[in-house]
Amino acid sequence: MSAAPPPVSPAWAVELVGIDKRFGPVHANRDVTLRFAPSSIHGLVGENGAGKSTLMSILYGFYEADAGEILVRGKQVDIRTPQDAIRLGIGMVHQHFMLVETFTVLENLLLGHEGGPVLGPAMQRARAEVRELERQFGLEVPLDALVSDLPVGVQQRVEILKALYRGAEVLILDEPTAVLSPPEVEQLFRILERLRQQGRTVLLITHKLKEIMAITDRVSVLRRGQVVAEFITAETDRQALADAMVGRKTSLSVDKAPSHPGDVLLSAQNVNVIDGRGVTTLKDACLNVRAGEIVGVAGVAGNGQSELLEVLSGMCRFDSGTVTLKGQEIHPATKYDAADARRRGLAHVPEDRLKLAVIKEFPAHESAILGYHQDKSLSKGWRLNWKQVVAKTVSLMEQFDVRPPNPNLRTSLFSGGNQQKLVMAREMEREPDILLVGQPTRGVDIGAIAFIHRQLVSLRDRGKAILLVSAELDEILALSDRILVMCDGEIVGELSAAEANESRIGTMMAGIKDAPVAEGVPA
Amino acid sequence: MSAGGSDNLPWWVTGLLLPVLNVGLALAVSALVILAIGEDPLGALGTMLRGAIGTGEGIGYTLYYATSLIFTALAVAIAFHGGLFNIGGEGQAYIGGLGVGLVCLALPGWPWWAALPLSVLGGAAFGALWAAIPGWLQAYRGSHIVITTIMFNFIASSLMVYLMVNVLIKPGQMSPESEAFSASMFLPMMADMMATIGIEMDSSPLNFSLFLALLACFAVWAFIWHTRWGFALRATGANENAALYAGIDPKKVIVVTMALSGALAGLLGVNELHGVQHRLLLNFPAGLGFTGIAVALMGRNHPAGIIPAALLFGALYQGGTELVFDYPNISRELVVVIQGVVILFAGALEHMFRPALVRLFTRRAQAAAKPAGA
Ligand SMILES: Nc1ncnc2c1ncn2[C@@H]1O[C@H](COP(=O)(O)OP(=O)(O)OP(=O)(O)O)[C@@H](O)[C@H]1O
Ligand SMILES: [Mg+2]
Repeated sequence: MSAAPPPVSPAWAVELVGIDKRFGPVHANRDVTLRFAPSSIHGLVGENGAGKSTLMSILYGFYEADAGEILVRGKQVDIRTPQDAIRLGIGMVHQHFMLVETFTVLENLLLGHEGGPVLGPAMQRARAEVRELERQFGLEVPLDALVSDLPVGVQQRVEILKALYRGAEVLILDEPTAVLSPPEVEQLFRILERLRQQGRTVLLITHKLKEIMAITDRVSVLRRGQVVAEFITAETDRQALADAMVGRKTSLSVDKAPSHPGDVLLSAQNVNVIDGRGVTTLKDACLNVRAGEIVGVAGVAGNGQSELLEVLSGMCRFDSGTVTLKGQEIHPATKYDAADARRRGLAHVPEDRLKLAVIKEFPAHESAILGYHQDKSLSKGWRLNWKQVVAKTVSLMEQFDVRPPNPNLRTSLFSGGNQQKLVMAREMEREPDILLVGQPTRGVDIGAIAFIHRQLVSLRDRGKAILLVSAELDEILALSDRILVMCDGEIVGELSAAEANESRIGTMMAGIKDAPVAEGVPA
Repeated sequence: MSAGGSDNLPWWVTGLLLPVLNVGLALAVSALVILAIGEDPLGALGTMLRGAIGTGEGIGYTLYYATSLIFTALAVAIAFHGGLFNIGGEGQAYIGGLGVGLVCLALPGWPWWAALPLSVLGGAAFGALWAAIPGWLQAYRGSHIVITTIMFNFIASSLMVYLMVNVLIKPGQMSPESEAFSASMFLPMMADMMATIGIEMDSSPLNFSLFLALLACFAVWAFIWHTRWGFALRATGANENAALYAGIDPKKVIVVTMALSGALAGLLGVNELHGVQHRLLLNFPAGLGFTGIAVALMGRNHPAGIIPAALLFGALYQGGTELVFDYPNISRELVVVIQGVVILFAGALEHMFRPALVRLFTRRAQAAAKPAGA
């Protein structure tokens, strides 16, 4: 582990010196000192809850540090609100975008910078300035489109453009790639390269060490609130970073024995879903998932995977076809909701954690029984047995290493990865026969990814059927025994684990059916 | 498991200091208003205070108003936890009262303790139905609950006028009032009940319904925070999509929540009609359905907060009445202004002092934590 090399650059763009921050008993940042050079991309990695977002929120004026100083271009500054940060040329792109969905892109860019009661001239000026920025950074966005009509990748570009339009010299990106498809990630990285060339500073938080290796100049590692290592990216590798993050030797790969598939537990025959606008979002979906196998569903997000999961889990009606769950047929007219699904032994880890899987405002122990609140074991007569619920939550937190292990903390105050571990723990606790998992490791740190992957494989080895939807090809390849590829609402092909590789899946994801469709044939 | 603030303020700050600050400020502003119309503010506020809690009779009236306010505020609170803003408490109380009245008229000669469960049921059922319709419209037809409940207040009022004038009016009488209920079923007055156990109390409209209101507070608290249904209700209120994921049918929950809300509002009729008026008449909710919104807001939608808030507003009602008696320059409207100011500061501007207090107390907590934790 190389120690932090002495500063070489003449002036730092931003310096954080001795930053300390506590949330009650949680010491989120401990005496953190970090310096970021101009014209550079600086990576920030660390386990879930290591304090990365907190540190960046302090720099952006969301939180005030308990102690420490911030220097911008060598001058000590006082940042109390995001407005202060923006004035100092610091911009931030949040994981959850802060755009007004019913406004056009241009209106969003102008928001807060109208410069007078009459919008017309400001619009004209803004349009010209934004065009200039677009050219400079290769950031194309349709200025007159409604934000709600844009895919996430483009919305993110709008956020970046907004920060640049407000004069950001330093751009903070907190897990920007978690929601992007691989081509969108490439595009984002090209933009970041341009920013670096233009002398700007980019602070990049990500859990994907591949991305750190691909694009950053330096990388700092946070562990339990402290900076534990700093590397020049070119002089390190993924393993070294992973070890520094966790604080011991870690294994990044999952060991997996060949599968021994049994009976078909879950199947779909020609299932169609037509949405409110008359668009067929799921077309003739056919699939089988057997006991003791993991079937992966690959595809660029938004190609019908969400609908597939929602139909199978009982959250959304389908318009034609048949779903068969442990031998029982479900037709469009059958009463089948998420509670029925759970009763029949189907558990579901949804793709969008914050929107579906937990209730942000609830304390962790209440989120930990979401979907299972009807369980007899959690009630005493007419009353929910809160003691039992809290005890159960404590044990879930222990098994899945949720940090901090505080069952009474509000769910929204856990870091993303820890929320996900809580959800996984809840859904796997009752040994479901069938588990549907969407994006199980989105926003989750590498240690926890390995842990979650091992849990999924061991569930498989206990003879359960798992359907895994993921936008991460690495994840699909590492876990699946069979792989289905979806494009445009259709399952366009199937590959066995042996025949699958990144490029083959990639072409199929683009809608090119190169492989013969072999439905339901076990590998 | 409790409602209330999420920032780390000590309970006595949110529970005591903040309300006292807010009410204090409201009274200060009211004093200025009284001063502006040329009356003695201290004297006037003193009269209000004496009127509300200075005499046994005043206390009785204050508690009697508070009883009705507890019902309507609980109605607002339960809907709030289900993510619904029920502004229709007034109409639901009105129609609920119709249920109470019909039951009481249908049971001539019954003893009060036998009639009470049925009149409670009647009031709850009628109120529930009146609220469930807007609930259903919101859940299955997408019409907004705020709009529909407001409209249902008007419909309730018109319907009651029609029924009282044309159907339920006591024959051979001018004013639109029904026959009186039989005297055997009048709810016991608090003063009489106290007299039987040897406690002397001035007579007032305060009646047995107060116990019912306190029971309702407990029931609502237990329901919202300690049952599976309450969990489903809160989950739906916080995040409908997550509720759907959890196998809860948000549409059903919306209708049921509104029905429960309306049922609570409907119980106002038990206090007003079964307890005091002993007949069906017009306009008996008298705005208490609307004031319930302010009480719930000030009580932070928690029964433990609603009880003191209802007492405060009950005192304002009663004290205001006394004020109008004693100060000819002060009209009924001014009393409404004073109530409005309290609503403004204690309810709508509840967050005014909050950020400052949060700052103050987190500073203090950090200062205290630092030497220990370092
Ligand atoms: N507002 C808050 N109140 C209480 N605790 C908080 C708050 N915000 C964060 N925390 C806690 O502080 C710690 C650091 O959280 P932070 O969000 O900075 O982690 P992170 O490194 O960004 O994690 P992740 O990779 O999962 O996003 C966590 O233990 C978290 O639970
Ligand atoms: Mg984070």
